Amino acid sequence: MTGPAMIFDKPNSYIGQPTPRADAARLLAGRGRFVDDLQLPRMVHAAFYRSPYAHAKINGIDVTEARAAPGVVAVYTGAELSKHVTPYVGVLSHLAGLRSAPQHPLAVDAARWQGEPLVMVIAQTRAQAEDACELIDPDLEELPAVVDSETALDAETPVLHSEFDSNLAWERTVDVGDIDSAFAAPGVTVVERQFRFGRHTGVTLESRGTVCDYDPSEEQLTVYYSGQAPHMMQVIYSKHLGIAEENVRVISNDVGGSFGIKIHTYGDEIAAGVAAKLLNRPVKFIADRLESFMTDIHARDHVVTAKMGISEQGTIVGIDFDDLTGIGPFSMYPRTSAIECNQVLNLTGAPYAMENYRAKGRVVFQNKTLMCQYRAVGHPIAMAIADCLLEDCARSIGMDPVDVRRKNLMADDSYPRNSTSGMKLDDLSHQKALEKLTEIMDYKGLRDDQEAKRKAGVYRGIGFVSMVEVTNPSPMFYGIGGAPIASQDGATVRLDAGGALHISSSITEQGQGTNAILGQIAAGVFGVDIERVKVSTGDTKTVPYGGGTWASRGAGIGGEAMLQAAHALKEQVLEVAGVLLQTPVEALDIKNGCVVDAGTDNERMPLADLARTVYYRGNELPSDLKPELIATRHYRVSDFPFVFTNGAMAAHVEVDIETGFVKVLHFWAVEDCGRVINPMLVDEQVRGGVVQGIGGALYEECLYSPEGQLMNATMADYIVPMAAEMPEITVAHIETPTKTSVLGAKGAGEAGTGGAPAAIMNAVNDALSPLGKSIWQMPMTPERVLQVINRN
Amino acid sequence: MSKTANITLKINGEDITATVPVRLNLVDFLRHDVGLTGSHVGCEHGVCGACTVEVNGDAVRGCLMLAVQADGTEVTTVEGLSDSGRSAALIRSFTARNALQCGFCTPGMLASALSYIDAGGAADKAAIREHISGNYCRCTGYQSIVEAICDVITENATTEEAGA
Amino acid sequence: MKAPDFDYARPSSLQEALALLAAGEGGAQPLAGGQSLMPMLNFRISTPEMLVDLSGLPELRGLEQTPQGLRIGAMTRYCELEAFPDLAKIQPLVAAALPHIAHDAIRNRGTIGGSVALADPAAEMPAILLALGAVISLDGPNGPRDVAADDYFLGYYETACEPDELITSILLPKIEPGDSFGFHELVQRHGDYAMAGVAIRSSGIAPLAGLRIGFFGVADRALRVTALEDALNGTDGTDIAGALSHLSEIDFQGDTKITAETRAHYAGVALKRALKEMLT
Ligand SMILES: Cc1cc2nc3c(=O)[nH]c(=O)nc-3n(C[C@H](O)[C@H](O)[C@H](O)COP(=O)(O)OP(=O)(O)OC[C@H]3O[C@@H](n4cnc5c(N)ncnc54)[C@H](O)[C@@H]3O)c2cc1C
Ligand code: FES
Ligand code: FES
Repeated sequence: MTGPAMIFDKPNSYIGQPTPRADAARLLAGRGRFVDDLQLPRMVHAAFYRSPYAHAKINGIDVTEARAAPGVVAVYTGAELSKHVTPYVGVLSHLAGLRSAPQHPLAVDAARWQGEPLVMVIAQTRAQAEDACELIDPDLEELPAVVDSETALDAETPVLHSEFDSNLAWERTVDVGDIDSAFAAPGVTVVERQFRFGRHTGVTLESRGTVCDYDPSEEQLTVYYSGQAPHMMQVIYSKHLGIAEENVRVISNDVGGSFGIKIHTYGDEIAAGVAAKLLNRPVKFIADRLESFMTDIHARDHVVTAKMGISEQGTIVGIDFDDLTGIGPFSMYPRTSAIECNQVLNLTGAPYAMENYRAKGRVVFQNKTLMCQYRAVGHPIAMAIADCLLEDCARSIGMDPVDVRRKNLMADDSYPRNSTSGMKLDDLSHQKALEKLTEIMDYKGLRDDQEAKRKAGVYRGIGFVSMVEVTNPSPMFYGIGGAPIASQDGATVRLDAGGALHISSSITEQGQGTNAILGQIAAGVFGVDIERVKVSTGDTKTVPYGGGTWASRGAGIGGEAMLQAAHALKEQVLEVAGVLLQTPVEALDIKNGCVVDAGTDNERMPLADLARTVYYRGNELPSDLKPELIATRHYRVSDFPFVFTNGAMAAHVEVDIETGFVKVLHFWAVEDCGRVINPMLVDEQVRGGVVQGIGGALYEECLYSPEGQLMNATMADYIVPMAAEMPEITVAHIETPTKTSVLGAKGAGEAGTGGAPAAIMNAVNDALSPLGKSIWQMPMTPERVLQVINRN
Repeated sequence: MSKTANITLKINGEDITATVPVRLNLVDFLRHDVGLTGSHVGCEHGVCGACTVEVNGDAVRGCLMLAVQADGTEVTTVEGLSDSGRSAALIRSFTARNALQCGFCTPGMLASALSYIDAGGAADKAAIREHISGNYCRCTGYQSIVEAICDVITENATTEEAGA
Repeated sequence: MKAPDFDYARPSSLQEALALLAAGEGGAQPLAGGQSLMPMLNFRISTPEMLVDLSGLPELRGLEQTPQGLRIGAMTRYCELEAFPDLAKIQPLVAAALPHIAHDAIRNRGTIGGSVALADPAAEMPAILLALGAVISLDGPNGPRDVAADDYFLGYYETACEPDELITSILLPKIEPGDSFGFHELVQRHGDYAMAGVAIRSSGIAPLAGLRIGFFGVADRALRVTALEDALNGTDGTDIAGALSHLSEIDFQGDTKITAETRAHYAGVALKRALKEMLT
């Protein structure tokens, strides 16, 4: 096998180049293909009547008037729909003890969050379907709602699911070393803080949506899906609608952002599939923004009480914390809602060498929108606990935040090793990343500026985070627990008669540039101009079987499969070339679409000639040569549960202490995602991630009334980062390829979102430090900052 | 006075006549009745900017205007900008800077960017950020978009100088 | 969400429009730029039986400098006002505030009449009208009438304009030599509705005189606090602590973003900052 060096150092390799994306031109010309763009013959539209209450008993729903409304084709209540679709339960066997109740696409007996779909109306137009929804007359009996996660386990709080004894969904404890003795040791300073992480959500610009089409003549359900995991959805539609898996085709064309939002089972989308099957015609459902806020999964919503102990010399002796998280009324199917808490338990303090660690996590049910995996699952919480406590500790012993990290970050030459929580770590570069960070940000200069500004009554702060990001998950993530989620991905490379490559992959594109990097890898490894590579992804009927794009696995897993496939095809092609050219295979190579003499690059035969000979004039080949000009390879991570990316980031902020407004002046991110396949794409991934992280840190929160009503379900009230307030973001890289693959790529998509909140919180607290004040709640809204400033 | 109306307008240079429900908004009309699916819908309450199109030369929110109000106007969508070449320089710079990821905000961003450039906006990043602050992008972090717009302005200035 | 069903009419004269409103008996609603009404329709918060599109009414057009001041036809769009020659000299307060109102694409359709008719408590225009002592011209079944800005904003989205009346124009009185103006608002993001803001006119600086201060984003409507103005008149505007105590007259409102207490504090900060900018 050709060694990695040969693959990456070839003169016409695209790996590592800032190659522009081929699909950009189409999107810029307004020729995108998003779900709502689809117009199929006989297509009808779905709208949902949703629960106005956070918790209510459904005594009955009268839909007579709605059925008679203009344009209405069909109306289904939860009870009616449940005859055609089975309920689902979001549990995984490896999350021991996790429990959840059966969930129906449309609620049957009780509504358990405001916005839960109760009735589906199908009409000629969406507007007519909505008109009919207004005619629905439900008999709902409002029940007391469990809203506050902190009282969800109290004896007097009603229990949401009658089959359980409490609102506890899952709990886990990790206990390593002896934290109590470590904290009690002489000379150890212990800081304790209570963190609050507000609920926020993905706010993909393209909302969720689907077009489901059923053709009874072939018993085929075709689902146009805006999402990340087509094969997973294929299994889910098949299983719950009772259609053979092979008769469900899931197609994901352009996806207008996902970030983990569009990778779950949503009742309205499943119901649209059922309606298509019952009506034998296409049904479109596009969530409007109100529906998105009320039904897209939410994330975070953690209350964490945490302690860190540090020695006089600045060595972390341990971390002890208790994480409580509210997940809504059900655990989301099929990925479950315990993963975020589990990640917090696994990841907190992972960059640091320490001996003692105790972490307790509890996940509780409540009457709010379901909570599940959104970009950087658990990371912002885990990073904030460790890194914000670390800077708090450093302040209390008078140590510089960079020095304290230098002292405690795992040494770059100390891998492979385990994190204190027991995660296998390899190929990380925390120390190098931190050094590079302090260089590019001119740390000394910023501190001098801070000094000077403080004298003028201007409060600026600098905050850091050293972080890990879970990427390239192995079967240990979901597969082991029984979820229908592939942990491997496949890639196919085909040489066509004209000498072009057609490649396909089971990973999917939501704007990361998946298709572009697949093209770069195939073109570079095989040896053709990238213009001659055509990429297909997102269609269960045509691509190899695999997991899709989530948990930053696209480049690392899907990319490696593509590398292997391109390499295999190259070997196959060279075998044919060797025979046709009567030359030993070792003496040949492929470059720029030509078979060449290895070493001299003397052109021997264009690939089109070779392919045409094989496809059209097989008579010219020896009869024992049976060329395959197509190769497929699959890849999974085997020796590690995940491959970790690491990074170091810093934020520079100014706090207006009279109003509590925080302005982010600049942000720096140094990222080690192993081999960088396309720096331009990675940098934008990091920047976009950082901005989402800033959103979580400063702006975004789903606010509920005590009755469980979501009070800010519009884009005017739920505020997201816009261009004017966002800083310039400087990105730099360290490249420590992972040894788990030839490609050496780790994921990069989530680091910014995972790390930025802690860096911003640290920067705000650094700015407030002359006042002796600090804030431990996200988002750090102006009012909250002001309140801590004014608190005695 | 009626619940439907006949409208005649010019869309991307073509004369279009249609009968529309009066409650239909412009962007839904363009997308679903005219088949110009390049303009997107992200919120239907005027905040996200994904539906931004040009009406009589002004960038406006397609979701905050009824189709019937567009009677007699000239409408230009992202498709028209591309076909006429008006967005060519922006298309080049957006590609070079990777100023789009999922591309869902892109049509609205282009319309907003063009209104800034056409009004003689300066290659000033803060001013550009302020101008596009009504266009939400969840993917990019905005920096590349700002740089791409800036590049076009700088490039235009250089060509004008060279031409002068 | 899609707008509910309604009828639509585009009258070509004011009389015709007023007749439609009268005939609608409250079910007919004027449509100006739609930048506030359309979101409400798209949320089905607003469910009119009929929309009366004002775009065809010549009587609501026009933007001109008259001896009395700047007369703004109700259907004048923000962008037209922004482009009015020498606006920064003729009406500096308006010129200072316009860039803070929403975004370009919204100012390209939103009208001054629409903003004043809606009277959103956090909108800039109503407070500016208060500060400038503007006059709002209305027309309706009982004929035309003029209402001073001070008598116009009555409560939460409640104004002196009756449902069967229309705003025809707004007069911003001519500014006098020596007039000076201040504007400041606190927003988390550019173009958002203010968390608190002030628009100030004074007929002199050092000392301040004849102050008119319009607060917005503080209570149920844009408003003035005359006791506060009186306390500042005759001072140099640097020590305002005493005057600020009169803010307690305002019934500050809380919302999902901030509490009433913080709003009260922000109103003081906005005032202080606006005065500071005026005086430097
Ligand atoms: C994203 C976004 C951000 C915004 N930010 C701001 C902001 O920061 N500050 C701000 O001030 N505004 C803001 N706005 C609102 C904008 O300024 C509106 O345009 C304005 O408030 C209403 O003007 P319009 O012409 O669009 O009125 P319309 O929406 O057409 O009408 C508004 C109301 O006034 C009535 N009406 C209209 N004209 C008349 C008339 N002549 N006589 C009687 N009644 C009439 C209508 O029936 C309706 O009830 C924002 C809007 C959006 C969508
Ligand atoms: S869809 Fe029009 S602004 Fe969002
Ligand atoms: S590129 Fe996805 S929203 Fe902007």
